[in-house]
Amino acid sequence: MKITLSVNGEGRSLDVDPRTSLLDALRDHLDLTGSKKGCDHGQCGACTALVNGRRINSCLTLAVMHEGDEITTIEGLGEPGALSPLQKAFVRHDGYQCGYCTPGQIVSAKGMIAEFSNGWPSHVSEDLEAVPDFSEAEIKERMSGNLCRCSAYPGICAAIRDAAPDEGLGEREAAE
Amino acid sequence: MRPFDYVRAETTSDALRADGRIIAGGTNLLDLMKLEVETPERLIDVTRLDLREIEAQENSLRIGALVPNSDLAADERVRRDYPVLSRALLAGASGQLRNKATTGGNLMQRTRCPYFYDTAQPCNKREPGTGCQAREGFNRILAILGTSDKCIATHPSDMAVAMRVLDARIEIESPSGETRLLTLDEFYLLPGDTPERETVLEPGELITAVHLPEPPKGRQAYRKVRDRASYAFALVSVGAAVNVEGGKITDAALAFGGLGPRPWRDAGVEEVLIGETPSAAVFDKAADVLLRDARGFGANDFKIPLTRRVLKAVLSELTGVAQ
Ligand SMILES: Cc1cc2nc3c(=O)[nH]c(=O)nc-3n(C[C@H](O)[C@H](O)[C@H](O)COP(=O)(O)OP(=O)(O)OC[C@H]3O[C@@H](n4cnc5c(N)ncnc54)[C@H](O)[C@@H]3O)c2cc1C
Ligand code: SF4
Ligand code: FES
Ligand code: FES
Repeated sequence: MKITLSVNGEGRSLDVDPRTSLLDALRDHLDLTGSKKGCDHGQCGACTALVNGRRINSCLTLAVMHEGDEITTIEGLGEPGALSPLQKAFVRHDGYQCGYCTPGQIVSAKGMIAEFSNGWPSHVSEDLEAVPDFSEAEIKERMSGNLCRCSAYPGICAAIRDAAPDEGLGEREAAE
Repeated sequence: MRPFDYVRAETTSDALRADGRIIAGGTNLLDLMKLEVETPERLIDVTRLDLREIEAQENSLRIGALVPNSDLAADERVRRDYPVLSRALLAGASGQLRNKATTGGNLMQRTRCPYFYDTAQPCNKREPGTGCQAREGFNRILAILGTSDKCIATHPSDMAVAMRVLDARIEIESPSGETRLLTLDEFYLLPGDTPERETVLEPGELITAVHLPEPPKGRQAYRKVRDRASYAFALVSVGAAVNVEGGKITDAALAFGGLGPRPWRDAGVEEVLIGETPSAAVFDKAADVLLRDARGFGANDFKIPLTRRVLKAVLSELTGVAQ
């Protein structure tokens, strides 16, 4: 099937078998190999991408289902020489060891900060109706969809806390 | 994954006319298609349909079938009036999955029984007549209530447990244009001799919405016990709405996850509670009734005492009376 995807602000045409996951389309057809394949079953978060600003597991969706959507990958957040605040903070806080989960962690954190800023509660929020603190407990729960085999969690958490104010923490999105 | 045709439905009538398997968030169906547990020949992508609204109707809420789990959990009316539902959704899966998972797809998700997932093993649900490997195998996560000789699988949804507490009704549209509303007990089938049939949904039918009636009186809670603190399915979960007035329980609605082939609700449990002064003895009586026919299969025996404890903890939390 011939489809056009909008990835990191650029229209890209590709010819894919309908079975192609969004993750495989990004990696194998568009050469955007920042997104990683850990489990291919929604269990690790290494493939996290933003679709219309929302984080999803790109391994559990089909590329053909995303025509017209705005897709953002780690490459779209920043590049060597022009890193995003989250990317810089991961370097500063040593938020990784092998680095395999890192793109997924950073893209997920970007989506998570937007969810938090829109007032979404989490499983650990005491009061469903109050605005929770951007605490370590909240970050851990909200980031539980990203596993790190090297267990670099302390650095990951510190990097997210540090970078969040520069990534728009507290800025409510206009309603869709 | 087996090859399939892909069709994008633009309208509900498109979707009802097309002959094939519906795909919404894809988080369960694609997982199973990769393993060739599911092998549909044609996928009908319904994600463009206009079923994304949460509409307030007279004292009730109509939740479109495509509303993502994350939006439903964050909806201000749900957080205020149906907190058991927000809590159940937030206790499920991960942030990424909840953004994709839909209301309809969540209701229709299939069991996490390890043998169902493994096509090298016999499984009556996947391949009727081949046997049930779980009865004498790894059944830690499987059912203690509502099982049959053929299958002991659980329904894994957290959301559905809360909807059962809230007396939600599922709105279903059929290709003939008819619409019907079913309670969750009417919707889900027990395994009996046909564990491959899990719901009364007929081929070609579409879930279009879920209706929540007026919020129940009193306080609500959802408590989930799992093998890790987040991003894991329930071993046991309890959803509840309980009202206490003048020292007596006047209203109670309780549903349980991880115990049975559907979100489990037992009117007998509520009868034991209503009209009583809350006490540890009354909570124990409610657990006795719930678990009177419970049966473990070895590795899941622990669910019987665990359920009692979680139920008592929830009743204690909601009534303010020590367990
Ligand atoms: C790693 C992981 C962890 C998870 N943890 C949890 C958890 O802790 N708790 C929990 O509750 N869930 C959990 N889930 C399951 C998740 O909630 C479901 O996968 C999701 O809700 C399915 O919704 P979907 O829209 O993606 O469905 P799809 O995958 O698109 O569809 C699932 C089924 O529903 C049918 N369907 C979809 N929409 C309709 C409709 N409108 N009408 C009729 N049929 C329809 C499809 O044909 C298919 O058979 C987890 C999933 C994963 C992968
Ligand atoms: S419990 Fe049900 S799903 Fe699991 S192996 Fe037995 S028949 Fe299959
Ligand atoms: S590769 Fe997608 S969640 Fe693991
Ligand atoms: S840094 Fe190695 S998996 Fe996270």
